[in-house]
Amino acid sequence: MPEAVTLVVTRYRPEQESEPTTERFEVPFRKEWVVLDALNYVKDRLDGSLSFRWSCRMGVCGSCGMMVNGEPKLTCGAFLGDFLPGPIRVEPLRFFPVIRDLIVDIGDFLRKLRRVKPWLERAEEKPLGEGEYLQTPDQLDAYKPFSMCINCLLCYSACPIYGLEPSFLGPAAIALAQRYNLDNRDQGSRDRLEILSGKGGIWECTFVGQCTEVCPKHVDPARAIQQYKLTAAMHWLMPWAGGSR
Amino acid sequence: MEFASCDVLVVGGGGAGLRAAIAVAEADPSLRVAVVSKVYPMRSHTVSAEGGAAAVIKPGDSLDAHAYDTISGGDWLPDQDVVEAFVREAPEEMLRLEHWGCPWSREPDGSVAVRAFGGMTVERTWFAADKTGFHMLHTLFQTSLKYEGVQRFDECFATRLLVDDGRCQGLVAIELATGRVLGITARAVILCTGGCGKVFAFTTNAAIKNGDGMALAYRAGAPLKDMEFVQYHPTGLPFTGILITEAARSEGGYLLNKDGYRYLQDYDLGKPQPKPVLRSMELGPRDRLSQAFVKEQEKGRTLKGPYGDYVHLDVRHLGEALIDRKLPFVRELCLKYENIDPVKEMIAVRPVAHYMMGGVSTDIQGATPLPGLYAAGECACVSINGANRLGSNSLPELLVFGARAGRSAAAFAARQKTPGTAVSAQAVDEEHRLHDLLGRRGGKERIATLRSEMQQAMERSAGIYRTQASLEEGAAALGKLSERYQDLALDDRSQTFNTELTAALELGYMLELARAIVASALWRRESRGSHQRTDFPKRDDQGYLSHSLAYRGEDRAPRVEALPVTITRWPPGERVYGR
Amino acid sequence: MSRHTAFHPRWYRPRVSVWWWLEKRAYALFVLRETSSVFVALVAGTTLLQVRAVKAGPEAYARFLEWLGTPPVLAVHALAFAFVLFHAVTWFNLAPKAMTLRLGGKKVPDAVIAAANYAGWILASALVAFLMLRD
Repeated sequence: MPEAVTLVVTRYRPEQESEPTTERFEVPFRKEWVVLDALNYVKDRLDGSLSFRWSCRMGVCGSCGMMVNGEPKLTCGAFLGDFLPGPIRVEPLRFFPVIRDLIVDIGDFLRKLRRVKPWLERAEEKPLGEGEYLQTPDQLDAYKPFSMCINCLLCYSACPIYGLEPSFLGPAAIALAQRYNLDNRDQGSRDRLEILSGKGGIWECTFVGQCTEVCPKHVDPARAIQQYKLTAAMHWLMPWAGGSR
Repeated sequence: MEFASCDVLVVGGGGAGLRAAIAVAEADPSLRVAVVSKVYPMRSHTVSAEGGAAAVIKPGDSLDAHAYDTISGGDWLPDQDVVEAFVREAPEEMLRLEHWGCPWSREPDGSVAVRAFGGMTVERTWFAADKTGFHMLHTLFQTSLKYEGVQRFDECFATRLLVDDGRCQGLVAIELATGRVLGITARAVILCTGGCGKVFAFTTNAAIKNGDGMALAYRAGAPLKDMEFVQYHPTGLPFTGILITEAARSEGGYLLNKDGYRYLQDYDLGKPQPKPVLRSMELGPRDRLSQAFVKEQEKGRTLKGPYGDYVHLDVRHLGEALIDRKLPFVRELCLKYENIDPVKEMIAVRPVAHYMMGGVSTDIQGATPLPGLYAAGECACVSINGANRLGSNSLPELLVFGARAGRSAAAFAARQKTPGTAVSAQAVDEEHRLHDLLGRRGGKERIATLRSEMQQAMERSAGIYRTQASLEEGAAALGKLSERYQDLALDDRSQTFNTELTAALELGYMLELARAIVASALWRRESRGSHQRTDFPKRDDQGYLSHSLAYRGEDRAPRVEALPVTITRWPPGERVYGR
Repeated sequence: MSRHTAFHPRWYRPRVSVWWWLEKRAYALFVLRETSSVFVALVAGTTLLQVRAVKAGPEAYARFLEWLGTPPVLAVHALAFAFVLFHAVTWFNLAPKAMTLRLGGKKVPDAVIAAANYAGWILASALVAFLMLRD
């Protein structure tokens, strides 16, 4: 085991430079340390101006996504030991505008998320006094993986279509739409059809499949998209079929 | 400097904040409601809650039983009128969340499933596998997107509350992406900023739990209630402090010392049975379990590790099928961060700081003593948790009191005049203060050093067991750290997303709150719930059946007063588990 | 949404290179997979030419068959065969993603769906081979 490892970190200070540069930092190597621990070591001891996002450090808040050696990763779950001997490249998430150092703007995703109507839609609400909507464990399983998305956006960084086609809704937004489409309590599928099958929707996807590969929560967005292609095609062929689904 | 305005301003976009914002939007659609959060809402710490949320819905359960469990769990410090309102409204709020799409785990017939949890006499904890907080937060966030009237100020860091004419009229925040200082005026403000676990060295809490809202309220003159009550969760992973949910114990896990012995039986928590028994052994309340660990440690019966002492949590006997169905996240976390598979090996765990029972003092409607200022969630102290919170009570608390604070803030705002120009002047002053902070030269103290020393001081002086000496030493250490804080050196002078500036501001909040915690602990000369003083080991209902109220004094040192507890139907009794 | 910061001019927006697909093995394989559609079209085109040759009479047909046997055409068709196989295999492996079947409430495993597709392919190929090669 080595004593130390080198990080090569992207820096971008818009007041000083118009393009990002890189900086090398030597950090101690510990087998329990993840890349995030190394970045915090840099910020605490070497250079307080290194900026990055993080919070829960247990892979559930989705804040700390960055490119590590060219692959999108949650830095709170990327162990230094997996990248030996180094140097380890740490760059901001790909295909998003860089605000500062390792921080990107995710406004595009949030705008697109809202457009797919990711909430439970009902033609008629059941009064609370009548209790819960029934949902068997099997019905829950039908959409459960798609509900595990932590909005970390690693899938967007892995998707070349998102990088090339600005209108593409992207894997997570479509997976979340499908999460509601498949929820037996939801009655909003028709409302989502137009945005999902229109410009920037599922038909931009050419099934590269990297979104599913990099997803840290096994959401499998590629499945959500291909499934919906079938649904949308059926709808186009037989628009009269199927009630609200 | 840029100005914006709204009618109700919610600070914090977690469970309580989002519920409050929705409550305002529904109560009065003519009101403009804004949510200011230093992180995007789905990053809020609600997301890491695992175990579940309690509400009475099954036959054989009763509101009185939930109330009694909560009051006795809190060692008779909870305000009973508030607890009664809480247990009554929790089921409706949880059902409303289900109607909004929350994917609760289910019984085979499709109804919501419940499980046992620590300190509860009846199984009443709803759960969504072992990622309940995650699912609740995302359901709330996604539902909040429906409401066009809710405006969000994402990644805006609040630095000061604006108070004029005796009422709170808004706040000043830094828009992190640009460094622009925003003055947002409002007719009511609701603080939902969470707790301050990061004042301690070992905690389950995320980096963002720095007590921002508590400190802002404190500085604005509102009192902090019951700050001395810090909950240590008995099962956190060593080194990272990552939470291993209580559900692991409610499903049947055992806590074993170095001899493989279920040591809790030595501490008046009942006799060990093969299956979990409610309110007994591993299903006892968190404070008693954490205290038992310290006693085992003193007897030399804990295991020694590179990151401190620990004990074992054994779930092997539950079997792979159950673990994958009910505790999948636990398995994932152990595999990833400890390289062990709980199906085959025992998990190393130790108590870690987890939750603040104390917070900004509010009444049953979520109103603080400062008119126009409301609070809900972990940053508030209503108090339903008293001296010790029962697991699975804090998630419904977010919903019940988030909604209450939202509704009462909406009613208040509708009656107020719009804020005047005096607050604009205050906001400009704050902008100057922030620019001065950013531009300061010299300084030799580093943020990380002061923060680490504060955390170590708190672990030593205000941990699970406290003494007069340890607390006084802590107070002195914190006093010195507060002085050294004035001499901070910043490397980052940029306006764009300056996280060093925010870290410095957060450290300032934490130092004030740490001092309030220690001062309140010094004031309370008894042992109750999670506040244990070896020099005053007994509960003293004569002298201390009161909340502590910490006010910020003239010299910035805290001044503590008493506030009697409201007793309705449950006179103080003996707190018994396992018998 | 933060109104002030949308489309901020100081943010850095890196350009995506036209050679993006060479950066990762997975991307290169994807482009190869998509390219196989060209060869599928080629095979379809050859079949159309064959039909036209049949229509034009036995002499034309004989010339066509001779042309098919020339080395360059054989080479191209060998390449096409490889790509069509690649296309079929990747298609069947990915098909389960689009076809999420639930039997008796439980999800049918992806491997089963892929296996069923392969089985169908083999059966169909066997039938065609039998029809073409019997004499």
